[in-house]
Amino acid sequence: MAKIKGDIVINTERCKGCEVCLAACPFTVIAMSKEVNSKGYHFAMKVNDECTGCTNCALVCPDGVITVYRAKVATE
Amino acid sequence: MTEQFAKPEIQKPENIVYKRTDLLVDRPLSYCPGCGHGTAHRMLMEVIEEMDIQEKTIGISPVGCSVLAYDFLDIDMIGAAHGRAPALATAVKRMWPDHFVFTYQGDGDLAAIGTAETIHACNRGENITVIFINNGIYGMTGGQMAPTTLPGMRSSTSPYGRDVPTMGHPLKITELISHLPGVYYVTRQAVHTPGNVRKTKKAIRKAFELQKENKGLCFIEIVSNCNSGWKMTPVQSNKWMEDNMFPFYELGDIKVDGKLVEAAK
Repeated sequence: MAKIKGDIVINTERCKGCEVCLAACPFTVIAMSKEVNSKGYHFAMKVNDECTGCTNCALVCPDGVITVYRAKVATE
Repeated sequence: MTEQFAKPEIQKPENIVYKRTDLLVDRPLSYCPGCGHGTAHRMLMEVIEEMDIQEKTIGISPVGCSVLAYDFLDIDMIGAAHGRAPALATAVKRMWPDHFVFTYQGDGDLAAIGTAETIHACNRGENITVIFINNGIYGMTGGQMAPTTLPGMRSSTSPYGRDVPTMGHPLKITELISHLPGVYYVTRQAVHTPGNVRKTKKAIRKAFELQKENKGLCFIEIVSNCNSGWKMTPVQSNKWMEDNMFPFYELGDIKVDGKLVEAAK
């Protein structure tokens, strides 16, 4: 059976750490990093494998730093 | 740590379902973290990309944080004097009637210094689209009280909260202009949750489609946050906006197809 799997890529250099995407994600895939980027912001990062590629985080991101991928993956 | 959960088998170009539109210039936005301007810009440019009208769109950005729009929107932009964007848009649209003309204004610009231009452009029914970002404050200049500041809301010039007897009532300019016959479509949206972002994009798309049909002025208010001016974190300011701004500035369509929504009920 095929299952929908998603993935996100965050442009961490452009992320300003506003945390708006955290609330938008239905599966708490995103959390804030302990490290900072070159501007000094704690950037958002992916912390688990639950992403379904719903695009919610990318839609609300004011800086548009999130790219979303979605694909059907065959599972047994 | 991010790499640990990356899935190279899914990260292929053909699997992209969402990415930042190429019609936004590839440079970091200079707005504060969490500011609604970035999302509003992106939705606007996505609509222009979908309609394939990049070559035929002219934007007018007057003074305020909205003036920065011409740094990021990859279309023809004109900077207007403070509040005069609808007057300039009138001229541009009359010179190039086959082009898409929009203004991108904040509340201090549209509802204070530009009230006359706004009301008269609306009353004349110019075929332009007005995008009005309402954050209840003068964001760029340091958080002063704006006409749209809520009663009791603190700002740098009303540090004990807006006192209605001395400072007046907040101005619902969107409701005000919705009663003018030249205005065809009026709506109020927000950009802080995924659902609202999708609705905002639909509203902007509708406004541009109506402009193509020369139906009259379309007015889109976007209630936004100003976390720097409100002295809150982005997440707190979004919550504050839901609790305080939305009861006063109710989201939804106000005028559709030239008819007031309330009157139709």
